[in-house]
Amino acid sequence: MKRKSFLSLLLIFIALLGVALGLGVSLHFQRTETARDAKAPPQRFPRPQLPRTYAEPVTAYPGPRGTTHEYIDTAVLLGALALAAYLVLKRRSRRGLFVLMLFTLAYFGFYRGGCVCPIGAIQHVVSALFHAGYLIPVTVLLFFVLPLIFALFVGRVFCSSVCPIGTAQDLVLIRPMQVPSWLEHGLGLFAYVYLGLAVLFAATGAGYVICMYDPFVAFFRLSGTMNMLVLGASFLLIAMFIGRPYCRYLCPYGVLLRLLSKVSLSHATITPDECVQCRLCEDACPFGAIRKPTEDTGHVPRGAGKVRLGLLILALPVIIALGVLLGHTSSRALAGMHPTVRQAWAVRRDEAMKETSDEEQDPSALALLRTGKTPEQLYAIEASVLRQFEVGSSVLGAWVGLVIGVKLIALSVRRKRTDHEADPGQCVACGRCFAYCPREHLRLKELRGELPGAEGGQTT
Amino acid sequence: MAEEKDKMTRRDFIKAGACGAACFALGAGLGSLGERGAKQDMVWQIDPGKCIQCGNCETHCVLKPSAVKCVHAFGVCGYCERCFGFFAAKPAEYTSGAENELCPAAALTRKHVKGQYHEYTVDEEKCIACGRCVKGCRVQGNSSLFLQVRHDRCLNCSQCSIAEACPSHAFVRVPASTPYIRPKIKPSDAQPRDKAS
Repeated sequence: MKRKSFLSLLLIFIALLGVALGLGVSLHFQRTETARDAKAPPQRFPRPQLPRTYAEPVTAYPGPRGTTHEYIDTAVLLGALALAAYLVLKRRSRRGLFVLMLFTLAYFGFYRGGCVCPIGAIQHVVSALFHAGYLIPVTVLLFFVLPLIFALFVGRVFCSSVCPIGTAQDLVLIRPMQVPSWLEHGLGLFAYVYLGLAVLFAATGAGYVICMYDPFVAFFRLSGTMNMLVLGASFLLIAMFIGRPYCRYLCPYGVLLRLLSKVSLSHATITPDECVQCRLCEDACPFGAIRKPTEDTGHVPRGAGKVRLGLLILALPVIIALGVLLGHTSSRALAGMHPTVRQAWAVRRDEAMKETSDEEQDPSALALLRTGKTPEQLYAIEASVLRQFEVGSSVLGAWVGLVIGVKLIALSVRRKRTDHEADPGQCVACGRCFAYCPREHLRLKELRGELPGAEGGQTT
Repeated sequence: MAEEKDKMTRRDFIKAGACGAACFALGAGLGSLGERGAKQDMVWQIDPGKCIQCGNCETHCVLKPSAVKCVHAFGVCGYCERCFGFFAAKPAEYTSGAENELCPAAALTRKHVKGQYHEYTVDEEKCIACGRCVKGCRVQGNSSLFLQVRHDRCLNCSQCSIAEACPSHAFVRVPASTPYIRPKIKPSDAQPRDKAS
């Protein structure tokens, strides 16, 4: 298609323009790093005079592993994404995707231990945006951006067969069950909430929740705390019957990919050329991404739907306001995730306890003593973190309200559809539906040159 | 060029516009963050000033045994005969032997140097990062033993699971060019010991 190639060139140009602008802005606002402080303990016993023959052992301080491996990872990611795009769009081969899945699961999952992954990289990016002292490695940044760029051009090929978390779930799916549409839409909202929470916690410095509750990292490393292993096992168990539960209902990166994939230049299609309305693919998708043609509703009055849509659009600000209210009230509870706030609470509890009983000192209070800070200084930091959380939780609430409101509006807008189509946002390009389409079989036969009248389909 | 094949509908136009905007935003983000990120990586490390030797380093690392190890700064060590990091509280004898030692993994070894002075070395292969010796040395000694993340072992997880469990928030991200935090010790006023202990 000529238009498509023109558009892709234009898009690349626009992206490069963005890079140039971002670089310029960033060079303009150079930031500085903050210093650390630690209270020095005394040296109680001076060093003795030791014989001259005595050779003091040298303590080795091995440096961090080189970054070459991370660059190799980035190259592998780029290669896998390109290969996945080729397999989904050009080759249309589920078998090829399956092999790629096995490879990425083995490489990114078991060999590299599932770290660093684009899902967790969201938090690195947020950290880099909000904390001046935080330096984001280029490889992590590329891990974050590359799948998004691919999603803009070819849809969610990253989910399809590059993400080790997705492939782990995809490969264990043996008995897919369809999830009712209302439940699918409802559960899908959790991912947006999770993304909001992850951004809030990373921005305030409370920690990286996505990594804390990553269900498969313990499984990839075959070690980890009991909670992590149990979480991973239960996700895998569910994934045997309900396709990719993490990707559909929780994955915060999937939210970004979904949004970008909706406007993508091209994406996986069920049929190689045209839909013949045979309905064979209707139940092919285990992830509920196939949209059926809309029934002819020419004779149904449209008034009721219009009124509902109008009401929902009017209700959107109200839902957002409710979200803000809810977020604001839960800000203290959310702030409990922040280590400094927790420490301040523990120290306060400790101080209150000191008057009544002389139990062992809380570790947090002891730690504060070691750093040489006074409780008042700690409380001042706590107060500023709490203020951050008040603003952050309100924004989170607004985000959740917006997501719910927009979802309701989207559900009440009916789009006319004549063919069976894969929903570009929902489709993870696993390639299962290809084989269900009779047109696909025709195409394959043509390629093999088995059709009479097909002129030399030997294009490998 | 757009009109050659098939007409671009309004929906297509909006879609392409959104796609372009997203492309631009991604590019801008990459450019602005990439410039700063190009310089350095960040790694996890324990600030010995904050560490209270709670024992979580032994149990919470995703690696078994933990990537945290006890490190000995020989320059600070007093070469004490009765090392508080080596001997258990009130041992039967002040000699090497499992029943007298504090370390549960026998990772700390004692070697006689001269007179009453002894050298203590950590065997990293055996060390389990329980922090018992560090605590002993910290509370009653020179703090020459301290816990550090060993970067030849550490996987540098995005969210270190020990950092999550650390009650004193001693786990910090440091630039990869200075990956260790050595304890700052107030030098003693006393002269180097020769005989007196």
